[in-house]
Amino acid sequence: MVLEKKEIEFLELLEKNGRMEVETLAKLLDMDVKEIEKMMDKLEKEKIILGYSAIVDWAKVLDYEGVTAMIDVKVTPKRGVGFDKVAERIYRFPEVKAVYLMSGAYDLSVSVQGRTMSEIGRFVSEKLSTLDSVISTTTHFILKKYKHDGVIFDHEEDDRRIVVTP
Amino acid sequence: MSTKQKTYLSKTVEQLKPSGIRRFFELASTMDNVISLGVGEPDFVTPWNVIEASYHALEQGYTAYTANAGMIELREEVSRYLKSNYEVEYNPENELIVTVGASEAIDLALRAIINPGDEVIVVEPSFVAYSPIVSLAGGFPVPVQTDSKDAFKLQPEQIEKTITSKTKAIILCNPNNPTGTVLGKEELIKIASVVEKYDLIVLSDEIYAELTYDEEFTSFPSIKRMKERTILISGFSKAFAMTGWRLGYAAGPKEIIQAMIKIHQYTIMSAPTMAQHAAIEALTNGERSVREMKKSYRQRRNFVVHSFHEMGLSCHIPGGAFYVFPSISETGLTSEEFAEQLLRKEKVAVVPGNVFGKSGEGYIRCSYATSMKQLEEAMKRIARFVSEFKK
Repeated sequence: MVLEKKEIEFLELLEKNGRMEVETLAKLLDMDVKEIEKMMDKLEKEKIILGYSAIVDWAKVLDYEGVTAMIDVKVTPKRGVGFDKVAERIYRFPEVKAVYLMSGAYDLSVSVQGRTMSEIGRFVSEKLSTLDSVISTTTHFILKKYKHDGVIFDHEEDDRRIVVTP
Repeated sequence: MSTKQKTYLSKTVEQLKPSGIRRFFELASTMDNVISLGVGEPDFVTPWNVIEASYHALEQGYTAYTANAGMIELREEVSRYLKSNYEVEYNPENELIVTVGASEAIDLALRAIINPGDEVIVVEPSFVAYSPIVSLAGGFPVPVQTDSKDAFKLQPEQIEKTITSKTKAIILCNPNNPTGTVLGKEELIKIASVVEKYDLIVLSDEIYAELTYDEEFTSFPSIKRMKERTILISGFSKAFAMTGWRLGYAAGPKEIIQAMIKIHQYTIMSAPTMAQHAAIEALTNGERSVREMKKSYRQRRNFVVHSFHEMGLSCHIPGGAFYVFPSISETGLTSEEFAEQLLRKEKVAVVPGNVFGKSGEGYIRCSYATSMKQLEEAMKRIARFVSEFKK
């Protein structure tokens, strides 16, 4: 689907800050509020906007245990449906946050979130590895997040300029 | 015994008025949590690839002087950039000089051309440094006022009225600081015909050229027969968010540029070497960053202009730079009163228009190179402040 320049600009703004008020968006894009609302509706209906979410640094929340692992998965593609069917069987698990088909040494990259490392270990050994198309898995645990979805974690962008300049 | 103290200062410096912005800065800096719309620089940090290039240059040991006129590689890049973006061709060997900011380039240009007593036309509202630099070079700054009813566009008749036998040059700032006004090709052609008729030199300060939002930018020397009488001034501060690197350049007729290099070599020697390496990277690989920043400035310009209109203040839509120049005459306050009271009551710093010359009275300069979060809050506070005067 071909979008207009304004629509793309609108999406870029929302992607950076999904909470931006409609009135602000209207002023930024030099449009009126009704036009913005119409555009939003259209993009939601077309499933171009799929949802609005926050990027949370869970590491800062005390007592919130959480572990993320990236798992490289080698699979045997199924005749007729290629990788898609295997991928679907994997992404249906609620603990799976993302699945990508990759080129290179392995086929699927699966991102899994759990409360503890052993919980993820159980998921891999009991659920993922036992799927009959799965040949092998390699699990990498994420130790620290520096940047996620374009957002740098734990980084204050201070305004270092003096208050008034010529 | 006479108590009159001897002064060691030169008369020129003694007579120089301190910048109006300076006074205002001192007031603002005594207060906490001020939202500042008073800054004349990008809120972006220099693009990462440019910073990296400077690291790399240091690692390689590039810490010595460069040629007086600047690294030839950089001059070649500037030349290529001016040709491809603005259709003006300069020989990097002898028609370009790299300076410590565009400010040094303005100073060199004026010192290279002014004889004692020469008059230089300054278009107002104007950047605060032009007139003092003219005076320091021994000339007389002669203001020409522009009017908001012409969207602050310079009218050629106005220049003609101001010209005397002593007029040597005219300083144009396009896009203009503080009004954000952009002069288009047709308007420049009309100005060029007056310039030619009276045999003037033009200092064309095009530091904001990259930041034009609605129409294509025309560089003054690209107008017919203007290249031989124009000193083009620009730099890296605004478009590439490199204010602190202090790097600018001037391009112009060989004779003038060589004279500028003569002054530069005795006073400055050469611009900082690591900054020059960074600037090469900015010109070769900086286009994407500039495009992104420009898009963001355009959106914020729209936001701020709409906000002022909602408050009922008249504000022309500036085509470039990152300033708006709304009228505050509705409130009945002078621009200084407005700025000072706004700062004290609502903690928002704006620059009173009168510091940019007489025709700036009744206006304020607001820079929108500030985060959206800050801008939204600032606009709320200004609206609250203005509504007090409309009851």
